[in-house]
Amino acid sequence: MLGEAAVLAGCRFYAGYPITPQNELPEYLSGRLPQVGGTFIQGESEIASINMIIGATAAGARAMTSSSSPGISLKQEGISYLAGMELPAVIANTMRGGPGLGNIAPSAADYFQATRGGGHGDYRTPVLAPSGCQELAEMTFLAFDIADKYRTPVMILGDGMMGQTMEPVVFPDPIDPKDLPRRDYILDGCKGREPRAIYSMILDINLMYQHNLKLLEKYEQITANETRWDTVGTDGAEIVVVAYGTAARIAESAIEELAGRGPKIGLFRPITLWPFPTKQLRSLSENVSKIAVFEFSAGQMLEDVIMSVGDRAEIYFYGVPGGIVPTPAEVAGFLSSVNSGDGKVGRRIEV
Amino acid sequence: MSGEPALKYEKVFGRPESLKDNYTHYCPGCGHSIAHRLVAECIDELGLREKTIGVPPVGCAVLAYNYFNFDMIEAPHGRPLALATGIKRTVPDKFVFTYQGDGDLAAIGTAETIHAANRGERISTVFINNAIYGMTGGQMAPTTLLGQEATTTPGGRDARYHGQPIDISRMLAVCDGVVYIERCSLSGVKQIRSAKRAIKKAFRCQLDDLGFALVELLSPCPTNWKMSPKQAWEWVNKVMVNTYPLGVIKDTTGYED
Ligand SMILES: Cc1ncc(C[n+]2csc(CCOP(=O)(O)OP(=O)(O)O)c2C)c(N)n1
Ligand code: SF4
Repeated sequence: MLGEAAVLAGCRFYAGYPITPQNELPEYLSGRLPQVGGTFIQGESEIASINMIIGATAAGARAMTSSSSPGISLKQEGISYLAGMELPAVIANTMRGGPGLGNIAPSAADYFQATRGGGHGDYRTPVLAPSGCQELAEMTFLAFDIADKYRTPVMILGDGMMGQTMEPVVFPDPIDPKDLPRRDYILDGCKGREPRAIYSMILDINLMYQHNLKLLEKYEQITANETRWDTVGTDGAEIVVVAYGTAARIAESAIEELAGRGPKIGLFRPITLWPFPTKQLRSLSENVSKIAVFEFSAGQMLEDVIMSVGDRAEIYFYGVPGGIVPTPAEVAGFLSSVNSGDGKVGRRIEV
Repeated sequence: MSGEPALKYEKVFGRPESLKDNYTHYCPGCGHSIAHRLVAECIDELGLREKTIGVPPVGCAVLAYNYFNFDMIEAPHGRPLALATGIKRTVPDKFVFTYQGDGDLAAIGTAETIHAANRGERISTVFINNAIYGMTGGQMAPTTLLGQEATTTPGGRDARYHGQPIDISRMLAVCDGVVYIERCSLSGVKQIRSAKRAIKKAFRCQLDDLGFALVELLSPCPTNWKMSPKQAWEWVNKVMVNTYPLGVIKDTTGYED
């Protein structure tokens, strides 16, 4: 699904190293990319793969790699280079339980890694968190567009559950790479022009300072233009659940289960995790009494929620780490506890 | 003017077009500057400058894009051959080469080196073996000789304690994707001429779509060897070649030299 979306979005280069639960993607692309004149390489490691991506994007291709949590850890140096060199690329992470080798169950424990840089240096990675197959297809196009527009690596963050879900999808119109605007910084030989160099090492501290300021300005633009979120039934809600990805879908079912019993509950779903929809959540929290955070982790997005909400509303948290996927009934139990304040499921976060 | 004929000047030596008119930061007597010049001359003579994309390493040659007069891209330490693979597969009609030190190519980047070579990537590699980590100040390299003093081998490299020096060129030769590997040196006029011939041949392998080719260059690092440039040349010629004998290691090209 993600594979076909990538090809339709004009991706012509993929390199990756097998890791469960995302092998369907490279397996699909290994046959599909050659059909459209693209290149598939099974790299010897995640490190090699991300570096192949650096080469391919520098030479002008829309390029993508993918992995799952431990493999994404290995790619971090390369992602930092992409950010420093200002090269576009798309990285898909199908998260699994961790730390260490962890397990292959759907988890969402890589939020910190995805949104806090992951690699070294003062940089940011736009992170898109679709919550279903249709959105995943659209986000794949968006990921390549944001990458090209801002010359930045972009991460698509999903979980194992999404990787295994089958849903009907309508793909956006295919993009022919030839129709994309030509990037004027790529390396294609210096015929008829001055040679170009792409690098991230800037030894002069003043120039490095300027480069950091330039990146910062770009990140501010991305925050202003690309922040995305969704709300369901938040108007007049007393409690608002904050959840992303698959967790948001489970939360939605839980809210439906509780409908008509007790106070009105809405859903706030960040779609970009960086930039986090801080302002939007903040203004929403002015009008609700309780914010209920639900994550497949021990509490990572929670920190962004705390920074957004502060003491404007009471914050409750229910996080299930390790790859366990709670049922809608369990999440409904959490929401009932949030309502009654009995503390049976989840806990109150004191700010 | 008398009736004497005007003097005619003919240019017999100059800067290759593929080298920019910049001072390098290389130390006096360093092999890197010689290797740069040889690479530039070969690229000029083969008419490749305008279709070349070079990938320098992290190491003393990290700033090579300030010296070479064609497109270049920095690679993370050890990853030039993975990155070059991404380039070459995207633009197969371009000429792509990597330029790497021994730490870059034979320690941190060993996996990338072996697999790119084994895939038979149509890439040419210039491998600078100076038996030391130059850029970081003289620590042990994978190629440091037994007995050689580095800042992390006090008393000299000991096989049992630090491991043996690695001969990556011979290791690569067993890969079927590799068509040509030769070891040359940069410490003497004869040696330098031979190195140039080898580099050019390695480049031809790519142009003729034969496979992966690599030239290893034994390269003096007077600074971290704590020698004068002259002593460093002598050390290459008398000592280093015993561990790394010069000559062709693999050649399935069928080229007549
Ligand atoms: C990931 C990473 N690890 C370590 C370094 C530090 N480092 C830079 S160059 C280098 C070794 C260079 O030695 P070599 O490859 O032999 O090249 P030379 O400088 O001798 O030409 C090291 C360890 C780095 N830049 N990145
Ligand atoms: S430290 Fe050694 S390798 Fe580096 S520039 Fe100086 S002589 Fe050359």
